[in-house]
Amino acid sequence: MKKELTPPQHLDLYYYMRLNRAVEDTMVKLFRQNKIVGGLYSSLGQEAISVGTAYALEKKDWIAPMIRNIGALLVKGVPPRDIFMQHMAKYDSPTKGKDGTSHFGDLDNLHIVSPISMLGDLIPVMTGVALAGRYLGQEIVAMTWIGDGGSSTGVFHEGLNFAATQKAPFVLILENNLWAYSTPVRKQVPLENLADRAKAYGIESYIVEGNDVVAVYSTAKEAVERARAGEGPILIEAKTFRRLGHAQHDPAEYVPKEMRAYWEARDPIALYEKFLTAEKLLDAKGKREIEEKLDSLLAAEREFAEKSPMPPAELAEEGVYCTGDECHKIRAKWERPISEVTPPKSSVKAVWTVAGFGSGKGSGGANAPIHFGETQAAPPKPARESNNGRAGKATAKPPGKSVLKKTAKAATASSSRKARR
Amino acid sequence: MAKTNGSAGNGHTPSAAQITFLEAIRQAMFEEMERDPTVLLIGEDVGVYGGAFKTSEGLLERFGWERVIDTPISESAIIGAACGMSYLGLRPICEMQFIDFIVCAFNQITNFVAKGHYLWNAPAPMVIRGPSGGGVHGGPFHSANPEMYFVHTPGLKVIYPSTPYDAKGLLKAAVRDNNPVLFFEHKFLYRRIKGEVPAGDYTVPIGKAVVRREGRHLTILSYAAMMHTSLEAADALAKEGIQAEVIDLRTLLPLDEETILHSVKKTNKCLIVHEDTKTGGIAGEIAAILFEKAFDDLDGPLVRVTALDTPVPYAPTLEEHFLPNAKKVFAAAKELARY
Repeated sequence: MKKELTPPQHLDLYYYMRLNRAVEDTMVKLFRQNKIVGGLYSSLGQEAISVGTAYALEKKDWIAPMIRNIGALLVKGVPPRDIFMQHMAKYDSPTKGKDGTSHFGDLDNLHIVSPISMLGDLIPVMTGVALAGRYLGQEIVAMTWIGDGGSSTGVFHEGLNFAATQKAPFVLILENNLWAYSTPVRKQVPLENLADRAKAYGIESYIVEGNDVVAVYSTAKEAVERARAGEGPILIEAKTFRRLGHAQHDPAEYVPKEMRAYWEARDPIALYEKFLTAEKLLDAKGKREIEEKLDSLLAAEREFAEKSPMPPAELAEEGVYCTGDECHKIRAKWERPISEVTPPKSSVKAVWTVAGFGSGKGSGGANAPIHFGETQAAPPKPARESNNGRAGKATAKPPGKSVLKKTAKAATASSSRKARR
Repeated sequence: MAKTNGSAGNGHTPSAAQITFLEAIRQAMFEEMERDPTVLLIGEDVGVYGGAFKTSEGLLERFGWERVIDTPISESAIIGAACGMSYLGLRPICEMQFIDFIVCAFNQITNFVAKGHYLWNAPAPMVIRGPSGGGVHGGPFHSANPEMYFVHTPGLKVIYPSTPYDAKGLLKAAVRDNNPVLFFEHKFLYRRIKGEVPAGDYTVPIGKAVVRREGRHLTILSYAAMMHTSLEAADALAKEGIQAEVIDLRTLLPLDEETILHSVKKTNKCLIVHEDTKTGGIAGEIAAILFEKAFDDLDGPLVRVTALDTPVPYAPTLEEHFLPNAKKVFAAAKELARY
């Protein structure tokens, strides 16, 4: 494990992973007490991914968590009570009981987009967030997560391909936890490494040991900064394992015992504790303090959540439409001169026109432009094989240390074409 | 039926007042993008090519690559990205090259875009527009009227105009609306009709129907291309002494119940004409509303003149049989008037 993080940052990562697990432990108790209205999903054993990736972002950046990314919500600043109340369908929850689980967001302050249950849909949506941020000059990065199963959806392809064509500042975390409900990854994707999918889009990718929070963080940090710098979207495959079933109702008896045992021996929190102890960043006293802090925090948060009422029935009728001028409070925050995107500066000239083609009114006459010089007239020379071909074979089973590899860089990505913006 | 614009696509320079349906749409986008830098256009071939029907011609030249975005053939990506853009305060207009392809993004629209405000207070001010409708021999995949899939989806607004004036004013209203708005453009009307459009900025309110022709014997409700068919039928009916009141719905969601009820309570008879297929069409919904709210006022059956419950067939003979026309409307109205 690397030590680029400062000691307080190391402890932050530890705290958020512990918080992530403690929040979910509390919800298991609530579930068993029948206080959770619907299903309960777990990220047990995957906390390093949610926490490590979200920790690599700046406050202004945007996330869209999936069902197993409670940790990312916590790092972004969502209080545990909100997560409890969402699951308990309480009136004070972010959605006032209209939706459950991690299906909530915050456009104004925390910059969180709510997921929906259909997998992959967040990929084009977060691509749009990334493009809007770039358009407004905000220099933000958009991040979302997808599972091995979700990477089989059509919208995964549409979204990532579009992000790639636009060089959107977008980072996609592919959590390969080996199981999509009861279907093993091999039946989802005939690839050893799901990161290989990046090649199809000509984008950068990384593979990382998902149970190593420092490796996850370092990889995500690098990816986020590269995306922010305009290198285009980046895919990170984090290799991990779904320790529990698809949700609480599923005992996951289809998982081989040996596989489970292998991964249980690689618990991300236990691994990190070992590291922190060896590096003398955490001792028994420090650990106890964190545990006491978590206990009192979660007791208070849980109490608040339990006391919140159920929503009044009539609420079901409200809010389908955004009505009145006051409803839509989102105002574009311009961080660049508006004059750059308005005429005359925004206007582009055609390289050539053809008589009689087009000839609409907007073209200003009989000759419409047909070519804007965005495409090269001749095919580019084949680029040098620089970083092409993956270095070595990726390991299916994660070793003790982190694996960090870059996949082939698209030869044309930065060479001849000017970035669109 | 409507006047034909034979010079369309050949440097047409209409007078300030008389423009085609298509030009009205282009002007609405142009003016909204001019007015508000948060308005963008995103779709397939909308930039360099100016759109498959040239509705966005000249927009790229004026507003540039960042605001006129040519996308891959990925309808879900177009809708999804536009939704994401709206979260940061932009107001994207999405073009579906043919509205038939909107169903490729059905999940994004009905689950993501439509539910956001209700569930987590996230409005998505965006417009999804594209050429729809038959009568131009486009065949089963380029002639659809898929409006009812979306009228059934709470959270969306659905507009289907019939005149250049309404097209321009309603599209502007759609861009300024804080909700996701679907805007259907009947491609049969694109270059076939011309209409007066004022020189200055104006909008037409969403959710308001309009009486196109006053009458007292029966009410004909319609929209889009069938509006003109209904008016043609009303002319023929008038020659036989039947005065039909013709109402253009303009917006299908939310439906203007007030205008519908007001007219039917006056005429006591109602005929609904739409180009969409019969089963599950808006006529059924309107019939239910009339039974609920105007049962005692009805002096005759509710009559529907619609397309057949089949896909849109390709051959002109088949398509003509499939579509409603003025003759069919005339015959049905005459029958209804006898009650």
